[in-house]
Amino acid sequence: MFKILKYSFFDLTRSRWAYIYTAFFFLFTVSLLWLSGGMSKVVISLMNVILVLVPLIATMFGVMYYYNSREFTELLLAQPIRRTTIFFGQYLGLALSLSISLLLGVGLPFVLYGIFGSPEVWNFMMLLIVGVFLSFIFSAIAFFIALRNENHIKGFGLAILVWLFFAVIYDGLFLLALSLFSDYPLEQFAIGASMFNPIDLSRVLILLKLDISALMGFTGAVIQKFLGTALGMAVSLTVLSVWVILPAWGIRRVANHKDF
Amino acid sequence: MITIENLHKSFGRQEVLRGISMAFDRPGIYAILGPNGSGKTTLIKSILGMALPEKGRIEFQGQNIRGRWDYRRKIDYLPQIARFPDNLRVRELLAMIQDIRGEKPQALGRLIELFSLAPFLDKSLGKLSGGTRQKVNLVQAFMYDSPVLILDEPTNGLDPVALLRLKALLREEKDKGKLLLITTHIMSFVEEMADELVFLLEGHIHFRGTLDSLKEQYKETNLERAIARILEGEVGFSTNGHGKEAARIVLQRK
Repeated sequence: MFKILKYSFFDLTRSRWAYIYTAFFFLFTVSLLWLSGGMSKVVISLMNVILVLVPLIATMFGVMYYYNSREFTELLLAQPIRRTTIFFGQYLGLALSLSISLLLGVGLPFVLYGIFGSPEVWNFMMLLIVGVFLSFIFSAIAFFIALRNENHIKGFGLAILVWLFFAVIYDGLFLLALSLFSDYPLEQFAIGASMFNPIDLSRVLILLKLDISALMGFTGAVIQKFLGTALGMAVSLTVLSVWVILPAWGIRRVANHKDF
Repeated sequence: MITIENLHKSFGRQEVLRGISMAFDRPGIYAILGPNGSGKTTLIKSILGMALPEKGRIEFQGQNIRGRWDYRRKIDYLPQIARFPDNLRVRELLAMIQDIRGEKPQALGRLIELFSLAPFLDKSLGKLSGGTRQKVNLVQAFMYDSPVLILDEPTNGLDPVALLRLKALLREEKDKGKLLLITTHIMSFVEEMADELVFLLEGHIHFRGTLDSLKEQYKETNLERAIARILEGEVGFSTNGHGKEAARIVLQRK
């Protein structure tokens, strides 16, 4: 698997899009750091961008990469290796190259600005960890969708729909549910519901770390109240890992039964 | 070397292979022919384990291939479409395949020379022309000395010089006692190279035998005409109309 991963990674990190993605985060972070006052404000602004943009880009790249390497994958399938080796290698190469773009783009400006001497360093680390998790989760979901759909348009459409659902629609439905059932105790429902959305979960995780109750929203506050900060973070991180494993398991399942 | 028994494969409602049984047990060049959609590529992909048949079995050197992958060490494959990762260099692609197979290629240097690829080794694959990519494809397919070679449309996009060299290479491999399965639409290539033909039509084997026996059976002096006769159903086979349509497609491609 490492062999496939290595070459996928080489291929992807040299692509124009990887440079653009890194450059965007770099410029964005630099301008935020220079324009706004404290680091914690920058972390919050960046959080909002990362939570929406990282899943979107990972989704698009995942689908695009799978469809683009379709013919090459056939050559790999004719080699003496297992199918899962090929697809996990490609997926990990993709998720890793996206993560490195993010780490370089966001990380470099902070390091230059002197993050390591600042008390914000762990908040910043949490932001990066969440960004990496989201890259792994959404590229796995996109890979899974692309594997299941031979039709490119359908695959793209579905993947974008999934992103839209988690990034936008889910919150709307959640709020709607909260207001419709406001007469009932909703704490457990809220905790449960946020576990089903990796983007929400990431937001809660960062805000727990930042410990800013004003921004936490209902779920964040409930999780903090019921689970406490430390346990809340541990639970969120575990559930995020499950969010990586589930689609990866799906990739394995589809890959083993698919006709190429 | 390869035995196929009662192979069935459909995609959705479309039955592509309907009970194919045959054996390739002697070395030589076998041309797999048939109109578009007749199941040539599906047959090849089933042998390689890419398409998973719902019925029947395929044995490679006496072992059922179902669920196995190590037998592919003994097969070299040339895919129909030569598309590789755009940002890898030619050298890296060849290194990748060596890495995956975990063995040193026997003929790499000679093949690079044969297809004049030396000036392209450090170029990105995305920047190569279609013909040059096909040469890279040929190099990766021929660089090992496996007993079986499966080539899907090997002549695609080759210039006349490269085509001559490919033919010489194929003869050489055959003389080494290898089994070569080739799909193609170029009838002159078949007439020149193939020892035996397998003609697929609507998921069945419609004809299998030597060129001469085909010409004799259809009383034609030339392969193209003999095949047109099969497809037009003039000799009593496949008169359901579908054959005629297929014949039109095949002839148009000429």
